[in-house]
Amino acid sequence: MKDAVIHWISGPVMKATAYKPFKINEAVLVGEKKLLGEVVRLHDDEITVQMYEDTSGLRPGDPVAGEGNPLSVRLGPGILGNIFDGLLRSLDGEGRDFLYPGQNLPEPPIFNFKPLVEVGQIIKGGDAFGQVRTRPKPAKTHPCLVPPDKGGEVIAINERGDYTDIEIICTLRAQDGEEQQLAMSHKWPVRTPRPVAERLSIGPPLLTGQRILDCLFPTARGGKAMVPGGFGTGKTVLLETVAKWCNADVIIYLGCGERGNEMAGVLDEFPHLEDPVTKRPLMERMVVIANTSNMPVAAREASIYTGVTVAEYFRDQGLHVALMADSTSRWAEALREVSGRLGELPGEAGYPAYLSTRLAEFYERASRVRTLSDKGGSLTIIGAVSPPSSDFSEPVTIHTKRYVRNFWALDRRRAQARFYPAIDPLISYSEDATDLAKWWQKQGAPNWNEHRRRFLTLLEEQTRLERMARILGKDSLPPKQQLVLMLADLVNEAFLRQSAYSPKDRFASPKKQTKMMTVLDSFMDMAQKAVEAGIEVEQISAMPEVRRLQRMGEEISEEEMESFDTLQTALTTAFSGLLANVQEGDVV
Amino acid sequence: MNNNANLFLDEAATRIEGPLLFAHRRVDVGLNEMVEVTGSDGRKRLGRIAALDNDFMTIEVLESTSGLSLSNTRISFAGEPISFNLGPGILGRVFDGVGRVIDGGPPVAAIKKMPVDGGILNPMRRVKPSDFIETGISAIDVLNSLVRGQKLPIFSGGGLPHNQLALDIAMHARLRSPSGNHEEKFNEEFAIVFAGIGVPYDTAEKFRASFEESGALGHTALFLNLASDSSSQRLLTPRFALTAAEYLAFVEGRHVLAIITDFTNYCEALREVSASHGEIPSRKGYPGYMYSDLATLYERAGYLKGRPGTLTQLPVLTMPADDITHPIPDLTGYITEGQITLDRKLDREGVSPPINVLPSLSRLMKDGIGEGFTDPDHPALANQLFAAYSRTTQVRLLSNVVGAEGLTPADRRFLEFGVEFEEKFIHQDGPRTLDQSMDIGWQLLSRLPDSELSRLTDEQIARHLHKRRA
Repeated sequence: MKDAVIHWISGPVMKATAYKPFKINEAVLVGEKKLLGEVVRLHDDEITVQMYEDTSGLRPGDPVAGEGNPLSVRLGPGILGNIFDGLLRSLDGEGRDFLYPGQNLPEPPIFNFKPLVEVGQIIKGGDAFGQVRTRPKPAKTHPCLVPPDKGGEVIAINERGDYTDIEIICTLRAQDGEEQQLAMSHKWPVRTPRPVAERLSIGPPLLTGQRILDCLFPTARGGKAMVPGGFGTGKTVLLETVAKWCNADVIIYLGCGERGNEMAGVLDEFPHLEDPVTKRPLMERMVVIANTSNMPVAAREASIYTGVTVAEYFRDQGLHVALMADSTSRWAEALREVSGRLGELPGEAGYPAYLSTRLAEFYERASRVRTLSDKGGSLTIIGAVSPPSSDFSEPVTIHTKRYVRNFWALDRRRAQARFYPAIDPLISYSEDATDLAKWWQKQGAPNWNEHRRRFLTLLEEQTRLERMARILGKDSLPPKQQLVLMLADLVNEAFLRQSAYSPKDRFASPKKQTKMMTVLDSFMDMAQKAVEAGIEVEQISAMPEVRRLQRMGEEISEEEMESFDTLQTALTTAFSGLLANVQEGDVV
Repeated sequence: MNNNANLFLDEAATRIEGPLLFAHRRVDVGLNEMVEVTGSDGRKRLGRIAALDNDFMTIEVLESTSGLSLSNTRISFAGEPISFNLGPGILGRVFDGVGRVIDGGPPVAAIKKMPVDGGILNPMRRVKPSDFIETGISAIDVLNSLVRGQKLPIFSGGGLPHNQLALDIAMHARLRSPSGNHEEKFNEEFAIVFAGIGVPYDTAEKFRASFEESGALGHTALFLNLASDSSSQRLLTPRFALTAAEYLAFVEGRHVLAIITDFTNYCEALREVSASHGEIPSRKGYPGYMYSDLATLYERAGYLKGRPGTLTQLPVLTMPADDITHPIPDLTGYITEGQITLDRKLDREGVSPPINVLPSLSRLMKDGIGEGFTDPDHPALANQLFAAYSRTTQVRLLSNVVGAEGLTPADRRFLEFGVEFEEKFIHQDGPRTLDQSMDIGWQLLSRLPDSELSRLTDEQIARHLHKRRA
């Protein structure tokens, strides 16, 4: 089929003379190898196409075939637990050590289908017309949803049996009499958000098991957070850690323009880790979309939409989904590169003027919803940003900040001291925190908000005092202020620092986090009283119990909660000892 | 596919602008295919087709266009992308930046032709790199460990001994098996691909001499693009070198260490060529696609399932004005798996190698050290040394203004620790084994009180520090 013929080509952009009407954003297949592209501009009979694959070897005269619909991905039961490229094509397969353009896709997977509706029934978009078993033991099923834009009376449905995920297994008659054919999987255009019945306000917290996030800068389910940080500050490790331990049902891990070895690391590690809730391998709830930095740039631009569309697909099944996008800066750069090739007028730092609109569109797809089939679902987006030169005033950081509610800024100084997670508590913020305090109170942490405020105030105070100490010398600070410095250090060491690789410390339940906050809070009270009674700060920091406090995250596991009470008692005794000594001294 | 092998055009050129040559399109050729442009001087210049339309084509000449004219210029078409003919004979040989033998010997007998742009390594077929390489350098082995299949650049500055460091690593690197013995086999199948991009003649000679003297030239392929060669050729040098490295690693199954110096020259050439294309510049005049372009080079490192060979990259770059936020180190750092940063102050103080460990990082280190790889306590040791040295830098900042007298006794102890750390641990006169390096590390930590060692467990303190304190 020849719908158009190439007449100009350079890099990933080509122009062709069209013999049939094309639509904007229509997917096209180009040349003998059927390379994928997307129409980005129409002018009389000339179409401009952005190519998603390497264009080497293409030449004027090569044919272009229109797909008729916008760039779409196929959503179905075969997605969960697998790895795909930026256009949701499977990367699986022996002998595909190197990827070349226009490679054939693997055979469609086969699943055991069980119908859930009968002929004559009326079903609407978002309803399940059947389900497939994706795992025999323990049994796990995946619903087959009617695509949101379809629905009607069931006029035919296949019996229980094995089918490929693209076979027609159900036919509907819509109200206008048109027949619609459904398979287990369906295609959906990536740039169009999937509809929902209703958007709800943000829900309970997305628990990550990371103390600095859950307690200081929490994000809600359906919320959106950004993680800006220069190279080497631990963005990827943080995103991977959240992907491992957060309480979402499905994780979409989007490696957008990142390292190939990192993807290998995820594939190597996740199958061996256990979901703290379901006790199943973590890989079973993951979808990895790997568009590594050496893959074609235009596909990187599309990959972020692919990721969020897959996430919405699972949200529509009534699941809680978290999308990690690492890194949105690479996506913005791809946008810039393609825009440059199209000869558009550059805006700030060469980015196109519509950068901010595109970012808004993307982050707005995060939501807590009532789905079309009346279930509750949510989609949380966590996007990494890689600002050039760690400069947080660059366009991608600034514009993203306008649309997200939670800001987890990574700090190079902390990262260099190998203090992880290297989140800077002074410039990070969480707009969700106030709403989430109620949730913590219900979980048996009535003072959560007070503790949180106290920790943040201490850290704030610390920087102010350290600036002063730089001029006056630490020794000349009054004991009360020296105590502030010591306590702030303790908040950092004992609470905020958390090792992603220590089996006891890598995940902290809300209960453990509450216990740790409470112990620290009471230590602070006792220390303040002691200093008021004339005890030197150095005496307090030399107490052997302080070392236990510093290391409690790594030393006390989830199963040993009573150890926190033991520690608490030990601290109380130690302080009484100190005070008793002072009083005796007074007498003498 | 080689149907255009003998295709050529005479008298087709219409315009020459910098490295770009515009010509009538009277033959059926595809984008990115290789061409050879021969002027009236008879010199053949390598190029590629950069754009095509119905009537014209744009050719990017990858060597100097000086001496070309519109008439008497022949353009020959290869009908395929730029490729490199490779065979086992490439070891021990010296090539120019585009893979032509320049050591006076006969051409290399080719058994395989590979496109220099390489393929995209399928992330799913990669093996997570985890084999610890002992480089003999404490600051790397203990604190920023290198593993096979990693890409770990050296961030340096003009006048710093990065070339010496690269050579030292090339000469001493060996694999350490979990038992602590060095695997001899690693050295047998070991090969080095060394590429100099835009290096001055005397530096290139020094490299060649060092490889010859140490006898390492026998398992080395040397690519030299001299400072006097054309800048657009610099864009091809790492591609030819990495294609050779991929051949050695994935076809011959060797463990290849590719050392490429200096990537700053590569990026300068990229900027020059981009400007001549009239592209919209991004930061500091570098093209917006520099990240993607560098990624297509750096990502050509790794370890593939079911293949015996590995490709480890050690690129070297000099940070313009020692500025780590400059686009070249900045974009590199976003792609590579860490970096080894050299420091001018340490160099002036006579610390050799002058590695500043704080801004240095090895992202893959955690997968190659600890239980079953090196020593179970290696991660804790590294962590604690980092924490202590970072504390030192804070204390130094404080003491700059108030002097050592205004410090608390605990802080003063860290000042001493910092000096010893630089003089005894970072500085070294010859290669050390990992055990020797770790021993020095524990020794230094034993001078600090337990209350300052929050990254170590009580058992680790008892095991390593008590006897050293006694």
